[in-house]
Amino acid sequence: MKSVLTIYRKELADYFSSKKFLILLGLVYLTGLTSIYVSIQNIRAAAQSSTDAFVFLKLYTTAGDVLPSFLYFLSFFIPIIGIVFGFDAINTERNSKNLSRLLSQPIYRDSIINGKFLAGITTMSIIIGSIIMIIAGIGLRIIGVPPSSEEILRILIFIFICICYGTFWMALSMLFSVIMDKTATSILTAIAIWIFFFFFVQIIANAIANAMAPVTDNATLATQIKNFNIDLGIKRISPAYLFTESITILLIPSGSQLFLRAVTTADISKMLLNPLSLGQSLIQVWPQTVAIIALAIICFAISYIVFIKQEIRST
Amino acid sequence: MDNYIISTKNLTKKYGSKTVVDNLNLSIPKGQIYGLLGPNGAGKSTVILMLLGLAEPSSGDISVLGYKPTKDPLRIKSFTGYLPERVGFYEDMTAAQNLEYTALLNSIPEKEIPSKIDECLSIVGLQKEKNIVVKQFSKGMKQRLGIADVLIKNPQLVIFDELTEGLDLEVANQILETIFNLNKDKKITFIISSHQLNLVQKICHKVGIMSKGKLIGEGNMAELSKNMFGGNKYLIEVEIIGDVNNVIEKIKSLKGIKTVTSTENAIHIGTDEDLRQDVSKIVTNMDGIILTKMDIKDFSLEDVYLNYFKEV
Repeated sequence: MKSVLTIYRKELADYFSSKKFLILLGLVYLTGLTSIYVSIQNIRAAAQSSTDAFVFLKLYTTAGDVLPSFLYFLSFFIPIIGIVFGFDAINTERNSKNLSRLLSQPIYRDSIINGKFLAGITTMSIIIGSIIMIIAGIGLRIIGVPPSSEEILRILIFIFICICYGTFWMALSMLFSVIMDKTATSILTAIAIWIFFFFFVQIIANAIANAMAPVTDNATLATQIKNFNIDLGIKRISPAYLFTESITILLIPSGSQLFLRAVTTADISKMLLNPLSLGQSLIQVWPQTVAIIALAIICFAISYIVFIKQEIRST
Repeated sequence: MDNYIISTKNLTKKYGSKTVVDNLNLSIPKGQIYGLLGPNGAGKSTVILMLLGLAEPSSGDISVLGYKPTKDPLRIKSFTGYLPERVGFYEDMTAAQNLEYTALLNSIPEKEIPSKIDECLSIVGLQKEKNIVVKQFSKGMKQRLGIADVLIKNPQLVIFDELTEGLDLEVANQILETIFNLNKDKKITFIISSHQLNLVQKICHKVGIMSKGKLIGEGNMAELSKNMFGGNKYLIEVEIIGDVNNVIEKIKSLKGIKTVTSTENAIHIGTDEDLRQDVSKIVTNMDGIILTKMDIKDFSLEDVYLNYFKEV
């Protein structure tokens, strides 16, 4: 445990002093501040047209005419943050010839991957948590409406889901860093998978659903439902969609505001008259959250096993 | 058994169908500097990795400091320093920070770390570079820092893999001198795997020669040259024009000649003394014989090494 802590502290110090941390932090803060500017511009209109009481949450969900909401930005940036903190975790150590020197120290091999993983999660949590809190702070000062206890809880759960989602991407890119020798290959593979899940799954889902159950002007309700179910079923293989779905349910309990395009759950919640209670929202987001956590655990477990079993070769 | 810091019995390592280490039986006594020699692919580095528990043997037994690397790798690594062929450090950290990290991983109490770092850096002559980032270090400085890095844990055994590879002669000699002094003063056992035989020869008490995963020769220089050249100290090489057989008969009659062998126009004379004058007299006094070249050399590890591979 002591060796994990030593590696964790060293990695944490490395992350905080690295250029990639500063660049990501700057980028996320810039985006966050831009989106809060947008939401403050539009929040009055949004609050007036809304029937629910969750005004404070609109800081995160209100989009402008041109710029999307903070949630959209976040769903875009979290995978990037995760990938950046994981893609070179192991192969850099291997390529810099530090790995065999590290492994010749009296530490268990898993201490290395555990320490790096924990440091990555911590750094990512700081970036994500801090921007969400900063937005809450600025919003509180400007709109003057304090968040209710339920809103605070929703924000905390939202942070938790964001961290789990980032952890998944970090675990995935760390897996590539274990199995691939070159850092360029591991980052490109991780980005390719992200692009596939973020953009292509939706297109593929739509194409397959339309092929299997075409929604024409004369389509029956059964066909429309079939189309919807096929589309939703395929989209749900994407962690990006699961994340979007869960934060949508969590932060737009009434579903009165649509801020992300093609979010089917939001379409459904449009039909709801009353906002979901926190308990109901949690029941709704539970499967998506568990799926994200499970995916993160699976990716890390595979990285862990591969790394432990990887034989150190002399060359 | 207690006198041996390392012993292996029928140690075998296979990667798929390829046998990299083949029934290796190795015994290295405490306090020695042992040279592990062999061409690329001989299995030296794989042996080293198995000694440290970083690679698992396919079969056979290993004992390092009385522990089995497969069962007690942490214990072995607590007392064993290892410097791989291409040593890596965190380039953005200073020499002291790199050593501090190693010290922390070795659970050295934090209070003792600064003095320990100073001590190790002074042994390798890098005190002044203590606070310089490693990316500014030359290869030789990195190797010296590597030695400091392995010394930080007070090792009983240190393993260097191709330690002097790519270093200029002066730096390599400085490093070997440091190792020699550490062995003498601190009684640390060293295993040095190297291609630079002339350098290894200077400090090793004993060498093992590996080929295709097998130990094909082992001993100190005297033992090895005895096996190879009948224990002669010098080899006089004579090249002539004329009948070689007549000359050989005359040379054999000289006092102190141990062995005489010949090829088409060259004669190789094994001896413990420098008999060049006597040999040249014989050759030049013979009718119809012209001496074209005469050379003498004392047997080096390289000769032993090359002869082993000529035989293999």
